[in-house]
Amino acid sequence: MRRRKNKINTFLKDLPRNIFSGFVVSLIALPLGLGLAMASEAPPIAGIITAIIGGLVVSFLGGSHITITGPGNGLVGVLLVVITTLGLENAYAAIIFSGVLLVLLGFLRMGKLADFFPSSAIHGMLAAIGLIILGKQFHIMLGNKILRDNGIEYLLEIPNTIKTAINYSNEGLTYAAMAGLISLAIMIFYPKIRNKYLQLIPAPMWIVILSIAFSYYFELIAKRPNPIDPNYMLSGIPNLNEIVSQLPEINFGKIGELSFWSSVIALTLIASIESLLSIKAVDKLDPQKRRSNVNKDLKALGLATIGSGFLGGLNVVTVIARSSVNANNGGSNKSSNFFHAVFLLAFIALFSTQLSRIPLPALMAILVFTGYKLASPEIIKKIYLIGKEQLIIFFVTLYITLKVGLITGITMGVLATFIIHVIINKSFALFIRNMLKPNVLMYREEDNNDNYYISVKHFCNFLNYYRLKEKLNVVPQDKDVIVDFSMCEFVDHTIMEKMNNYQELFAKKKGHLEVVGLDLHGTDSEHPFALRRIIPIPNLLSNFTKRQNNIDELARDYNLEYDASNDKDIYFLKQFIFFRTKEIDHIYNCLSENNKTLTLFDIEYSEGEFIAKEVVRSSIMHIKLNRKIPEFTLDREGFLEKIYGFAGFNDIQIENHSDFSNRFFLLGEDEEAIKDFFDDELVHFFESNPYYHIESNGSDLLIFGKERLASIKEIKAMLDFGKRLEETINH
Amino acid sequence: MQFNPFHTIGIGVAFSPNLKANIYEASRLSLFFHSKLILIHVGERSEEKIDQIELILKPFLNKGLDFEIVFKAGDPVEVILSTTIEKNVDLLVLGALQRENFFKYYIGSIARKITRKAKCSILLLVKPSVERVPCQHVVVNGLDDPKTEKTITAAFFVAKQLGANKITIVEEITQQELAVNVEDDKSLRRATIKKERLKHRETSRIRKIMEHVPEKYVKDITIKSQPIFGRRGYSIGHYAEVVRADLLVMNSPSKVTFWDRLFPHDIEHILTELPTDVLIIQ
Repeated sequence: MRRRKNKINTFLKDLPRNIFSGFVVSLIALPLGLGLAMASEAPPIAGIITAIIGGLVVSFLGGSHITITGPGNGLVGVLLVVITTLGLENAYAAIIFSGVLLVLLGFLRMGKLADFFPSSAIHGMLAAIGLIILGKQFHIMLGNKILRDNGIEYLLEIPNTIKTAINYSNEGLTYAAMAGLISLAIMIFYPKIRNKYLQLIPAPMWIVILSIAFSYYFELIAKRPNPIDPNYMLSGIPNLNEIVSQLPEINFGKIGELSFWSSVIALTLIASIESLLSIKAVDKLDPQKRRSNVNKDLKALGLATIGSGFLGGLNVVTVIARSSVNANNGGSNKSSNFFHAVFLLAFIALFSTQLSRIPLPALMAILVFTGYKLASPEIIKKIYLIGKEQLIIFFVTLYITLKVGLITGITMGVLATFIIHVIINKSFALFIRNMLKPNVLMYREEDNNDNYYISVKHFCNFLNYYRLKEKLNVVPQDKDVIVDFSMCEFVDHTIMEKMNNYQELFAKKKGHLEVVGLDLHGTDSEHPFALRRIIPIPNLLSNFTKRQNNIDELARDYNLEYDASNDKDIYFLKQFIFFRTKEIDHIYNCLSENNKTLTLFDIEYSEGEFIAKEVVRSSIMHIKLNRKIPEFTLDREGFLEKIYGFAGFNDIQIENHSDFSNRFFLLGEDEEAIKDFFDDELVHFFESNPYYHIESNGSDLLIFGKERLASIKEIKAMLDFGKRLEETINH
Repeated sequence: MQFNPFHTIGIGVAFSPNLKANIYEASRLSLFFHSKLILIHVGERSEEKIDQIELILKPFLNKGLDFEIVFKAGDPVEVILSTTIEKNVDLLVLGALQRENFFKYYIGSIARKITRKAKCSILLLVKPSVERVPCQHVVVNGLDDPKTEKTITAAFFVAKQLGANKITIVEEITQQELAVNVEDDKSLRRATIKKERLKHRETSRIRKIMEHVPEKYVKDITIKSQPIFGRRGYSIGHYAEVVRADLLVMNSPSKVTFWDRLFPHDIEHILTELPTDVLIIQ
């Protein structure tokens, strides 16, 4: 009983934060929903209906915690085909049936479905979907609506459209193209600007706000009609009454046709793959590191899809970009998904007429950016680094998806992967003979440290990964696990990637996963898949930048050690709250004292996923303390912190130091211990020194100024600050 | 009276490159177990063959090896099976083949048929050798099965006679027994608790069996019990391979039907990839 009461208490405590996060997510969901629906040739409002139904249903029935549901990018490629071949009314019927299939998948525990697809093939498919979205919407973004047969033809028309757009004689079209380009620029440059206040509103919403403001400017101040061609304005947004009163007609007439059922299967397959991948990615961002119940989620998504189909919406899937925004804004449970739906509903109820002031090209710019992100050269480069054969798989899937269709594309991708595996091992028998064998053994080592030991035999690739996964999933993630591949003749890239993911998961929960037994594979040139990805470390010593030269000089001056190379050993950082929703890539330019207690380094990490992803490079100082202190976070008090304060974060007030309490924002779980820890000396130290963001994880301190690389002067100041703080605390 | 499950040891003799190693292994076992060795040859009797075999047996004869050579023509499987019954063979020794270029062993088709049909215990040797390779670590199954007690007792007997110093009793706990599907943190916690409980249950069951094993076999041997989670019959082989056990002792399969061969399980898995020497107790 007590536990339940506690649960309700934490839920209520977190509620304001979740409402806030749901609000921010709804800001990005609104333009995305409109755009994704239009890209699928559905009425724009369908996207919003999808998000609302998704949010309301999945937040109650789903099995994941901080995911956001709504219309998905991946599905655009399928929906587009389904709607054009079946017509909208039949498409709704197909959506409803795919919802039924999703529920079935959930009951059949097919949450492991996505594991049977090699990751390069999935990347290829997603890239193809990205190109389909980009190819089609690029033309509308530049005010040049055209109609072509398939994705490739749209892509080939892009140069023509650019040529046409430069030579527009119609001023309305020029304005439309301008709106598109400016919006695209906002999408591209927004992540590069690290301003707290600007970042409070997501980029897509800035586009919406600016274009509505633009329209009002012409109406109210310039007293002229909006110069953008009226054909390129968003139209057909019904108000709430109309949505409720005019439910779409659903036509089950094509239910006996083959094309109907292939559509249903395509929708189900892509919806489940996209959702499952997103859920897994979002689990990594969850600050509380909970594990999602994917099967329960599938059931909820299916049910939501059925409802959405009946009300004129599209397939409901779990979406990665919006979920990552949710994680970054403090969403901590399912209620943020619910509130995101409620806010969307409110937007439609209140502002549905304002939405028609948004120019289409502006919306399409968001989609072009989305499409680009799905198929960006970065992805190709990454895959190339993993191995050239992965590139073959990627392009086979990409090309066939564009040319024929999604199902054929992904099937060929899987086939290509298998053929490549057979060629690399020069053995077909290895796979056939051992396919059905339960090749994974797990046991708990009884004698010493109580580790879990997992041994894998024969081969391990996408075909039998689910067996390894089953075993790994039943290990509590705060334990130590050893995965031994020494009896495994072949381990593919998909597995290595997933092992890496597990490693991160375990690290974040203070457990440890180690992969052993690949040394033999590494020396064997016939096992290029047995990847320990080599990160090319350029010869930095001979090729220092000016900043690096300066740091080097500083190191000699201050008698510090300097190491410029990239270091992936970042586990010591994972337990800081600051990095809970962030993914650390590597640290470099590391300055350290001889006794290694104080280190200062540059770090590259990313926040958010997919189109909401922002890569940040910053300078951070890490101090190892020689005594235990309470966990806390200290930052300067500002406007934003006040907002956070309203959203449920508690600022701890230190008695008799009102100046300190006013100027600093102090957070932590154990309030009493923190109050004890901040004695007069420490408070005076902070009061009389420059502001830094300081975080303690109990035994280490993390200190940084701004979220950017520090200059030499700032590095010196930080070093000085760190040393004195260390003395003050350790004294 | 001394407990000895193996009064008579049988071995199939074919004039192959492995002949000497096979006979050496079987003879050594006969001496260790104080049993009679029956050499079964599928084919016509000839003085030449007897000479050849006796030449190989010579070093053991001095040590008091009791042996008999049986010649019988016919289908190898039939001959060996019928002879084991006629001569009351308790333990039949079969040699395994090594797969080319792989460090993997498997049982040839004849030996496999014999294994399935034999009414006596069977020892499958991975790499018979002329020199004695000492047996140090024995792994035995601890399945919840009426045969298990006999198997474990036999394992201790063998371990004692061969001078092994460590026995691991492996309890295989299957997913069906666990009956909890881990889907999120909550079900994981439930599964972990259930696993602990199963582990305790299994350990106490093994302890009960251990009470029945004669004291003198248990002495001087390190006993370890290890629950593993995996497919019955297969995972224990995998485990034996991981811990580099020298001998794996298992229950004989209850019944082998057509389906078992199509969807191999239990013993069938072990036969396709021998992890180490395997002793199947009938």
